[in-house]
Amino acid sequence: MAERCAVIGIGQTNFKKRRDDVSIAGLLREAIDRALADAELSLKDIDAVVIGKAPDAFEGIVMPELFLAAAIGATGKPLLRVHTAGSVGGSTFIVGAHHVITGIHGTVLAVSWEKQSEGNAQWGLAGGRSGGIGAGGAFAPWMRAYIYESGAPEYIGWMVAVKDRRNAAKNPYAHLKMPDLTLEQVKESPMLWDPIRFQESCPSSDGACAVILTNEAGARRAPRKPAWIHALSVRSELGQFPGRNPVRPQAGVECAHDVYRQAGITDPRSQIDMAELYVPFSWYEPMWLEGHDIAGPGEGWKMVDSGDTDLGGSFPVNPSGGVLSTNAIGASGMVRFAEAALQVRGLAGEHQVDNVRTALAQAYGGAAQYFAMGVLRDQPPN
Amino acid sequence: MPGSDIAIVGYAQTPSVRDADESEVQLLVPTVTAAISMAGIDRREIGFTCAGSCDYLTGGPFAFVSNLEAAGAWPPISESHVEADGAWAMYEAWLRLLEGDIDVALAFGSGKSSPSNPAEVWAQQLDPYYLSPLGLDPVSLAGIQARAVLDAGKATERDFAEVVATSRHNAKSNPNAQLSGDVDVDKLLAEPYYRAPLRKHDLPPISDGAVAVVLARADRARQLAERPAWITGIDHRIEPHLPGLRDITSSTSTTLAARKAGYDGGPLDVVEVSSTFSPQEIVIRDALGLDAGSNINPSGGPLAGNPVMAVGLVRIVEAAARIMNGSARRALAHATGGPLLQHNLVCVLEGK
Repeated sequence: MAERCAVIGIGQTNFKKRRDDVSIAGLLREAIDRALADAELSLKDIDAVVIGKAPDAFEGIVMPELFLAAAIGATGKPLLRVHTAGSVGGSTFIVGAHHVITGIHGTVLAVSWEKQSEGNAQWGLAGGRSGGIGAGGAFAPWMRAYIYESGAPEYIGWMVAVKDRRNAAKNPYAHLKMPDLTLEQVKESPMLWDPIRFQESCPSSDGACAVILTNEAGARRAPRKPAWIHALSVRSELGQFPGRNPVRPQAGVECAHDVYRQAGITDPRSQIDMAELYVPFSWYEPMWLEGHDIAGPGEGWKMVDSGDTDLGGSFPVNPSGGVLSTNAIGASGMVRFAEAALQVRGLAGEHQVDNVRTALAQAYGGAAQYFAMGVLRDQPPN
Repeated sequence: MPGSDIAIVGYAQTPSVRDADESEVQLLVPTVTAAISMAGIDRREIGFTCAGSCDYLTGGPFAFVSNLEAAGAWPPISESHVEADGAWAMYEAWLRLLEGDIDVALAFGSGKSSPSNPAEVWAQQLDPYYLSPLGLDPVSLAGIQARAVLDAGKATERDFAEVVATSRHNAKSNPNAQLSGDVDVDKLLAEPYYRAPLRKHDLPPISDGAVAVVLARADRARQLAERPAWITGIDHRIEPHLPGLRDITSSTSTTLAARKAGYDGGPLDVVEVSSTFSPQEIVIRDALGLDAGSNINPSGGPLAGNPVMAVGLVRIVEAAARIMNGSARRALAHATGGPLLQHNLVCVLEGK
């Protein structure tokens, strides 16, 4: 990498089911203004803007960044719109970083968002008029296959749901905060797509996330500790073909291996201090632990069972509450990177994990076929 | 911007047609394959792929996912997608190549206007609070711009007609053009108005199509092409959305993008611009500081074929083709997005 790149500003909106109090532009500005305040910069310090969101059909506006351009401070600047399905927030972070790493721009704003209450995301996820089965319906058989292959007990999914919702109660921006949620309540919640119960599913949220990415000179000037980017990678594969393993997609394996190689990680389980993984349905936590070779085959659920992935565990996963507690789809991938950055900066507040030096961020999308991953550290790369 | 050592070494495009029988991915598969074949590489050498398209044209969310088939995403590939013309996909691919760890990248753009009514689809691209509810369509907006250009004394209706006549004439030598032929300016001016002061021929055709380019870096580019089309500069800039907030008789973002792309006003052998409506060619020409005698849109430009979400990258390909075949030494290509030239990209290409 030619230039070192760091996150020096992070802003998230307060995520809610319905943000009637702001327009789409107002929602984005809430996140952008918080990111700029964190970095103690203003919009005139931004050289380029990269923006991401999931399908335009969710809000019913074709390329909404066009009408948002002035409101998000892009006038007279490059504005690039990324769309890679659910992984888009992660991809947007990565494309933003590429602007800095290549030396093309010094300080870049990357922002991603979704205002799902302005449309019908379930309709969109189900393929619109084609009347498909939606995200839960698509993923359910793969989760069932994971349970079958790994021999995981059914309560593992409930445990992930309880952990994430309790973590979310410590995160001021999270949507679903359920500090008192119990395994029994998850178990008794309605079955949506077997094996996924209502309380094991992500909500539909309105919200945005913004990050300020800058080069080494910018990071040295930053008022607060930067989070340094050590590895970034994207991988895509076809959503279906004979021989595909959707439980452990090869694109996810290769994306993880690529970031481990870049960051010099040979044993992810011991060399990574915490992870923010894209878990919209509870079973994806053990599936990604195995799918990214953090745990061995059939070992991911045991990390959940033993409490290793708890906030105070040996490998905390989603201390923010994760996608399971907050899912403004286009923003969710970037929130993973932003939360990983907050952890290495030591600025995560009540959901801060102790002594985070190395954090892993991951987002996935489509039919578990698009991956965007990154490794962030509290120190710059050599 | 520092001169990059990245070049176009392969390209392909479909003919521009009113209603393609093939699906979008079917248009893309042979196009991508042809571009890779021209570059003479093994598909597995591609280190990064970026696609540009618009979900709304297909009427379904995640429509772009199907296009992944054309990228040949097995084994898994490093890949991204922009909800924009393929020219912006090429920008992202160029940016990725600049990192220096890979040597070859692929970018493509594709779209079909035929399944939907463009006037309805593109009305949804406008500000959802102030413009979209009016049902304002691109043609009506272009009419307002054309009137403003006339009122500002920057062109006459005859100038518009001359742009059209030149486009149709130039397109005679373009096998991918949808509209071509020799037309008489006076006869064009005798046609009735469609959206005054625009006549039907001032509008682009409605087209389906796809385009792909292969980019390579430094020594690899020299190995792959006898005369690569080197990207000496590329930049894009956006303006506020509401037409009332900008001077629609000029294009300040085109001027700025050209400057940032390193265009110094020197001679250009070829200029390919995304003037979707005839008055826009004059607006862009002025924004680039070119005179009326410049060789603008020798391919015929968007007035001869307007494959939506590909048309901007087609401009880059048309310019690159002339450099690679030795007929041009320096070229400038322009792409646009959003209503009335809101977002503009300029790419300067040179043969060495």
